[in-house]
Amino acid sequence: MAVRKPPVTTREYWAPGHAACAGCGCATALRLATKAFSEAMEEKYGDPDAFAIAHATGCMEVVSAVFPYTAWKAPWIHVAFENAAAVASGIEAAWKKLGRKGKILAIGGDGGTADIGMQALSGMLERWHNVVYLMYDNEAYMNTGIQRSSSTPYGAWTTTSPPGKYSIGEDKPKKWVALIAAAHQIPYVATASIGNPFDFIRKMKKAAKVDGPAFVQVQCTCPTGWKSPLEKGVEIARLAIETGVWPLFEIENGDIWNIKIQAPGGGAKVKREGGRVVAIEFKKPIEEYLKLQGRFKHLFKQPEAIDQLREQIKAMWKVLGVEVTLPKPGE
Amino acid sequence: MPIKKVMKANEAAAWAAKLAKPKVIAAFPITPSTLVPEKISEFVADGELDAEFIKVESEHSAISACVGASAAGVRTFTATASQGLALMHEILFIAAGMRLPIVIAIGNRALSAPINIWNDWQDTISERDTGWLQFYAENNQEALDLILIAFKVAEDERVLLPAMVGFDAFILTHTVEPVEIPDQELVDEFLGEYVPKHAYLDPAKPITQGALGFPAHYMEARYGVWEANEAAKKVIDEAFAEFEKKFGRKYQKIEEYRTEDADIIFVTMGSLAGTLKEYVDHLREKGLKVGAAKVTVYRPFPVEEVRELAKKAKVLALLEKNVTFSVGGALFQDFSRALINESEKPKIVDFILGLGGRDVTFKDLDEALAIAQKALNGEKVEEVNWIGLRKEIL
Repeated sequence: MAVRKPPVTTREYWAPGHAACAGCGCATALRLATKAFSEAMEEKYGDPDAFAIAHATGCMEVVSAVFPYTAWKAPWIHVAFENAAAVASGIEAAWKKLGRKGKILAIGGDGGTADIGMQALSGMLERWHNVVYLMYDNEAYMNTGIQRSSSTPYGAWTTTSPPGKYSIGEDKPKKWVALIAAAHQIPYVATASIGNPFDFIRKMKKAAKVDGPAFVQVQCTCPTGWKSPLEKGVEIARLAIETGVWPLFEIENGDIWNIKIQAPGGGAKVKREGGRVVAIEFKKPIEEYLKLQGRFKHLFKQPEAIDQLREQIKAMWKVLGVEVTLPKPGE
Repeated sequence: MPIKKVMKANEAAAWAAKLAKPKVIAAFPITPSTLVPEKISEFVADGELDAEFIKVESEHSAISACVGASAAGVRTFTATASQGLALMHEILFIAAGMRLPIVIAIGNRALSAPINIWNDWQDTISERDTGWLQFYAENNQEALDLILIAFKVAEDERVLLPAMVGFDAFILTHTVEPVEIPDQELVDEFLGEYVPKHAYLDPAKPITQGALGFPAHYMEARYGVWEANEAAKKVIDEAFAEFEKKFGRKYQKIEEYRTEDADIIFVTMGSLAGTLKEYVDHLREKGLKVGAAKVTVYRPFPVEEVRELAKKAKVLALLEKNVTFSVGGALFQDFSRALINESEKPKIVDFILGLGGRDVTFKDLDEALAIAQKALNGEKVEEVNWIGLRKEIL
């Protein structure tokens, strides 16, 4: 009987025994990311272990390296919240002088990347270090107990954006860090999701194989912060893609006029012109995504807030060069 | 043969870096230290220094990149001053806690506000509790020599702590003096190659660095930094002795000048020590029993040497270019700690002067001397005295 090759290596770098919450989508993301990275290193340098990780402070850092234990089977360093990109720059420079082949993987959450770490990230990308920066985006400061970040979506409840008499919850649209990264005209930028693991693995490998800096932003679910069922992480992430909330795209060499938009699935109708996606008619309303998460529960009492979110999502897609139709429930 | 060149302290620091052969340098320009990265980038551009020079976007990233490089196992150097050092503050603790022997050259400069680019020691003094070793240079030669010594001590397995070497803004950073550049071969012998056993980020031997320390472990890690600081005292003496043997220049944690039979000993750091020695000569000519002492090593604080010094004087007059609020200068606190339980001790009078680049003149020192003499005569004096204050603009 033919044995099917596993979709990604069976080697593990993110070992079992870490202390992440049950159902943590980000833990899944890191496991897949490091496996993909290792495959890329094997293909590029003939050595699956040819990488080191610089990790920003955040939940994935805290749960993976509680002294005297570690969940990491790769060389790994954590320094502070805002400087994973700068630390990675230093490691990369040292490896160059040591004549060591391989690539550095920097990992940060949305707080450590979109907010406090933005400057260090920009510096690292602009200086063209041979580093892949992986932003795991769970859309709030989960490590400190669910406070809003600039990557928190409109309308979401967090402990610092609570809905109330005068508040809808988070009142600003989500910051699109992948587009900021792309503005550095680096070789590779992509968004990914744990809702499409094969695509994520492919993108991590591609990012790891380019010469120079790359940036991957992966949306990953957080049952604690999103108030969502433990077992529904991948389903929710997939719904984010299928309802238009989370676009999957790639930008190579900073060519933002040639963003490669991926078909979302979920019955969405994709219109292409010259191979390029120009319009998407989504079939599933964003409500299907929102309703599985307690952080959006209050929005259902104010449907106009959901409409507002729909408009923001349309505007975001427009920046990506795509006209989208987002249906309301029952449409 | 060593060669002599006329240069600024900033250039001397860059020369020291070149001689130490760091593999990674990460720096951001800041007055008055900008010439250090400029000169280093010239060395790198001309192939005289085989290093990666990372032109970072901030001092915070400079020290972060140094941490990354040092954790990857290579010798690492940077330079900064004042606000730049303050911006590094958070990561300075981490570098010490992770036991990474990074060396920073500092053009000692005042801190805002008001913004001021001139000399005092507040920048490095404010970092005294980070765990870093601290050396202060009197002149440009010392700036070069102490950076080499700083690498030697920092990388010693008994220490493994980062080190900063301060030299006064403009008074040294921008003033030319003859500086002897040691032979490269001798420096290579003195420093050797840095091969860490505790920090390397090598895929062949993966380790986790910078883990989370629960209450069960954090205190022991901090004690490790304390212990290393204590261990550094002996290592510094050894390094000074070896340096003297190899290069002929003698260093001591506390250098004394004409302290024999002194009633009053002035104590200071940095370039002010040069002025002070001349002042002491001037007083000795007048028959006054006055001496000087210079604190070259501020962290670890040379408690034993201070006790020895204290035995020689009736009054210790501390001249400080920094302020620790409600205390006086930082040296006042350190000297008090060293002497508080001694059965016989001199009076200590503290003087704050020269902040933000204000000149310290013989007239200012006369003012301090008059107060020290009152103390010597048993009169009551203020413990903390601000010298050269322009009271008319207060």
